[in-house]
Amino acid sequence: MKYALSFLAVIALVLIAWLGSQIPGMPYIFGVAFPYLAIAVFLGGFVYRVVQWAKSPVPFSIQTTCGQAKSLDFIKHNKLEAPHTTAQVVARMALEILTFRSLFRNTHAEMHQGPKITYESSKWLWIFALIFHYSFLLIILRHMRLFLNPVPFWVQWLETLDALFQVGAPTWYMSDVGILIGVGFLFARRLTNVKVRYISLLNDYFPLVLIFTIAITGILMRYFLRTDIDIVNIKQLTVGLAALHPTIGSDIGAIFFIHLFLVCALLVYFPYSKLMHMGGVFMSPTRNMKNNSREVRHLNPWNPRILPHSYAGYEDEFREFMVDAGIPVEKELPPQKDEE
Amino acid sequence: MYNKRTVIPGLAIFVLFVTLPLWYNGLSAGPIPKPELPPNGTKECVAPASEMRDNHMVLLNEWRDSVLRESGRSSVSVGGKEYPKALQLACMECHSNKEKFCDDCHTYASVKPYCWDCHLTPVEAASKKETH
Ligand code: HEC
Ligand code: HEC
Ligand code: HEC
Ligand code: HEM
Repeated sequence: MKYALSFLAVIALVLIAWLGSQIPGMPYIFGVAFPYLAIAVFLGGFVYRVVQWAKSPVPFSIQTTCGQAKSLDFIKHNKLEAPHTTAQVVARMALEILTFRSLFRNTHAEMHQGPKITYESSKWLWIFALIFHYSFLLIILRHMRLFLNPVPFWVQWLETLDALFQVGAPTWYMSDVGILIGVGFLFARRLTNVKVRYISLLNDYFPLVLIFTIAITGILMRYFLRTDIDIVNIKQLTVGLAALHPTIGSDIGAIFFIHLFLVCALLVYFPYSKLMHMGGVFMSPTRNMKNNSREVRHLNPWNPRILPHSYAGYEDEFREFMVDAGIPVEKELPPQKDEE
Repeated sequence: MYNKRTVIPGLAIFVLFVTLPLWYNGLSAGPIPKPELPPNGTKECVAPASEMRDNHMVLLNEWRDSVLRESGRSSVSVGGKEYPKALQLACMECHSNKEKFCDDCHTYASVKPYCWDCHLTPVEAASKKETH
């Protein structure tokens, strides 16, 4: 049901863009107004979310570790699993972001007769998540050819690398196949793994369907529905967007507006969804803190400021009252001077 | 806000990356390619110009497959003249200035067809003729 709903939502978006862009004048709304709006919401929302996170205090020292912390010299310290210096934290964070080490540890739990539960290493999630994320990154970097003029040399390198198999014309990209397989697996996993399916929400299915449809429309546009897809003409619009005076030359096929509108929807959705894990991974205290709680005391930032108050100071403050009440004091009151 | 000294530079780098096209292009869209018309004075292409702009690579691919895999070495007639279904013997016959025609668009759109690894550009073909 939840996944069917996400398909419906994406189909509705496709129809809006398809029919909408056919109305005269509307290409400017879909090709200029929405992209600017979307990028503004994306950037603003992203920064807002990160600032909100940065404002939240971290009361405890809560790194996740799965190795020996730094201790006595003869006990071998596991530098990556229990990072002790900033450099080690950066190294662990970089490996997490570039190679998804935590997903590499993914296990698959199963109930057997007995009842007995078994945990088995399961690398599928890791490998398909890697394929998906790297394909996505490669596609976005390659898309820079539409926005940068002159096109920098590294874009050309990525294109050559991605099209290494030189199949067909326009040449097939590995990342196009990669992103479809990747999203396909991540979606199928949510449907077929009962435990994951039980906890999956509309907000888990929707981004997958949306990204899948973006990739499909892009692939359709490049290889199959090329009518009115003149990249030179499209680039005049996209570079124009970046130069802040966009123009739409001759007609552009509806498939382009569908692709673009779905991307706008993704950009607007991004800051308010789980996709914020892109910024969140850097902000998560379980990964960005040092495991040095044995040397450095972690202070809870919302602790009230309480100054030390010694007994001598306490007596100084209340001596008169204590004497009045007949409580013994260590230091007597100064002798009273007669007022006469 | 905590950890200002890492969060703010981090955010700044992120915003710089996202806005790369804005400052990389310096707010200028740059020159638009103007492919040169065939120097031999022909007025028509193998298909209407707008269709060629969208689909010429698909057409070339179809031609290549039909010639090499199905031995369909037929010819097309453009404006009364017959041209073999070929890259060098048709397209480059009319669009003989590759650098000012094909490359003009391709540099703009960052496409670098690998066809010229094997096929000769008109300039290369001319220099080959001289040496033999
Ligand atoms: C109007 C501009 C324009 C002209 C002129 C032009 N091309 Fe292209 N060509 C393009 C664009 C844009 C693409 C990329 C399309 C895409 O990426 O979807 C392309 C792609 C190609 C491809 C596929 C490349 C690949 O690796 O994917 C081939 C082959 C090609 N052109 C051949 C030629 C030849 C040969 C000529 C000269 C006779 C030529 N083109 C002239 C704009 C042009
Ligand atoms: C008979 C000569 C001739 C042949 C052969 C020929 N062309 Fe053309 N081509 C032209 C002419 C003339 C034009 C300009 C047509 C116009 O502007 O209406 C043109 C236009 C084009 C355009 C659009 C350029 C623009 O700026 O709009 C492309 C792309 C193109 N040709 C590619 C090719 C390719 C690829 C081949 C080989 C499959 C080819 N042509 C074969 C004569 C030819
Ligand atoms: C590995 C070398 C090689 C590459 C790369 C290559 N070709 Fe060819 N091509 C050939 C050979 C060899 C023939 C056969 C020539 C013949 O038998 O007439 C041929 C024939 C063709 C033909 C049909 C007949 C002719 O003489 O033109 C077309 C069209 C063609 N190629 C287009 C392309 C296009 C477009 C590309 C780039 C996307 C390309 N080729 C890349 C080697 C290559
Ligand atoms: C989330 C961001 C995006 C994703 C995942 C995405 C995905 C894709 C994919 C998979 C393709 C197939 C060809 C290729 O891999 O290059 C494609 C093509 C294309 N995309 Fe995107 N896209 C995105 C954003 C955009 C934006 C913002 C624009 C333009 C404003 C755009 C315009 C195009 C065009 C014009 C093509 C056709 C390219 C060609 O014919 O060579 N895309 N897209």
